[in-house]
Amino acid sequence: MVEHRPWSQLAAHLILIAGVALVLFPVYIAIVASTQAPGEFLRGTLPLVPGGHALENYRAMWESGLSRAGAPPVGKMLVNSLVMALAITLGKLVISLLSAFAIVYFRFPFRLFFFWLIFVTLMLPVEVRIIPTFQVVADLGMLNSFAGLSIPLIASATATFLFRQFFMTVPEELLEAARVDGAGPFRFFRDILLPLSITNIAALFVILFIYGWNQYLWPLLITTDSDYYTVVMGIQRMTTAADGDPQWHLVMAAVVMAALPPVLVILFMQRLFVKGLTETEK
Amino acid sequence: MASIKLDALEKTYPGGVQAVKGIDLEVADGEFVVLVGPSGCGKSTLLRMVAGLETISSGELHIGERRVNDLEPARRDIAMVFQNYALYPHMTVFDNLAYGLKNRGFGRDEIRRRVEEAARMLEIEPFLPRKPRQLSGGQRQRVAMGRALVREPAAFLFDEPLSNLDAKLRVQMRVEIKRLQRRLKTTSLYVTHDQLEAMTLGDRLVVLNGGRIEQVGTPMEVYARPASLFVATFIGSPAMNLLPLEALLSGPGTAVHGALLHDLPSGTGIVGVRPDALRLEPPRAPHLTLAATLELFEAAGAESHLHVRLAGSDQTLVIRTAGQPPVAEGQRLHVHITRDALHPFHRESGRRLDEPPGAREQAA
Repeated sequence: MVEHRPWSQLAAHLILIAGVALVLFPVYIAIVASTQAPGEFLRGTLPLVPGGHALENYRAMWESGLSRAGAPPVGKMLVNSLVMALAITLGKLVISLLSAFAIVYFRFPFRLFFFWLIFVTLMLPVEVRIIPTFQVVADLGMLNSFAGLSIPLIASATATFLFRQFFMTVPEELLEAARVDGAGPFRFFRDILLPLSITNIAALFVILFIYGWNQYLWPLLITTDSDYYTVVMGIQRMTTAADGDPQWHLVMAAVVMAALPPVLVILFMQRLFVKGLTETEK
Repeated sequence: MASIKLDALEKTYPGGVQAVKGIDLEVADGEFVVLVGPSGCGKSTLLRMVAGLETISSGELHIGERRVNDLEPARRDIAMVFQNYALYPHMTVFDNLAYGLKNRGFGRDEIRRRVEEAARMLEIEPFLPRKPRQLSGGQRQRVAMGRALVREPAAFLFDEPLSNLDAKLRVQMRVEIKRLQRRLKTTSLYVTHDQLEAMTLGDRLVVLNGGRIEQVGTPMEVYARPASLFVATFIGSPAMNLLPLEALLSGPGTAVHGALLHDLPSGTGIVGVRPDALRLEPPRAPHLTLAATLELFEAAGAESHLHVRLAGSDQTLVIRTAGQPPVAEGQRLHVHITRDALHPFHRESGRRLDEPPGAREQAA
């Protein structure tokens, strides 16, 4: 065990505080920047205290966006992001729960082969298969649609694998007891397996939601209609203003708004999330 | 309620391992039959085949009048109590008991009535709103029994239900299971590796070894007339003493009092003697006397176990006596055996050689 000496404790705290400050400072700068007047950023010195223009900056971004840069209102983009992130998250959860259930509880030909097939796709992130995937989505006419935004990202080896590992720790007797109790496969899944997986589902929900929310490259590729812009890619549009300087104060307001939902999800799911990562209920 | 009939039941696993090698058994309506044997003897597999959790490789299984070989467990009208209880951890005790009834489409009032009745019978009423993890081992065991009870099935199947409990609780639950079964008169098949549990619970015992039945009989029949060396050593504690016939006859201190051994069946190679049939005081009846040395003395309260070594050989015997005899370790003493205490066995096959009195045939 570490000894509790006052000096070493102080040193430890200083190092930790320095670390936190290092991480939080850019966030602070973003928040401060989003409250400044239009020209403030370009004067060369970075203001360190909040300015007085927070409300108007945020309202401007929420309601009208940066039309000159081709960026729609942030409110609209947040809704788009939310729809995409939720579709990806729920889709991934449903598909991986069902496929893990199939792989663990059913005997069918080539079961192991399919498991490895799923496992191998772990090695193929979106970026690797992006061009063929784009071709497929384009041929299916799903460019500029929520389906095109979410469906290609739904297949998930990670979640399938995690659920498989969890299902394998569920005692076999539970399945047998349920069979004696007259529960068929689907009832067993719904009444026993799903409630037992709830903490795992919550933990994965958080991880997958953030994964979906932070998607950048894929939305950038397949959306050309600003009605389907998501906020993370939309921010990029704002910074590349065709003529004139980027409106940093407004961009930063958008950034803060874009960062908020994942934080909220983590805050709300925190208790279940931590429980799911640490506790195994017997 | 119903009888259970096993007809040449066999189980061969895909790898070629044969766990159950042709079992014929009939459990009468309302009877409590215990399957007992060492681990790996196929007793659990056999029970799971009756439950429908293992497929039947060959043979016929009837519960009541129905052939149930290919029926799902739920449709066999049986209830099972598992070794580790297998309670649904996320459901309350009430829901655990009610789940099987819900799946069968019972009405809400009927479910409530049955669950409450079972809970009253098992004295788990106060726990109905709790979750299994808030219960002790003994309470969980009761809930597991309750789950079987509410279904009012044709038969109960118990898979070593007491082996996760501590010794004291085990004795207590054993009595309760027996009392409950007496009251409900539900046909029961019970698996255990504990011979004491088997002796005390069963109307009949089925001793299994290596996937085959060694012996079927009432506990006292099996104890008094073990059909093979395996049964002789498995049932009874301390185990039956086995010694080669020569050791009995030709020891340096052996003396035969009265006509004694002439009626041992020919071919007898090994003789068994229960520890409690060995006497320290010479009896009136014709008997055999062996000289021995006391090596180890174990006092177990109401009884004592004496570990003795026969003079002039490596053969050791265990003697069980009531109370505490006035002996000391290292002391020489004489051990007396009467004829009716001897169990003759064939040396190679291990089968018992004398015909039972009246040649009773076991129901196959």
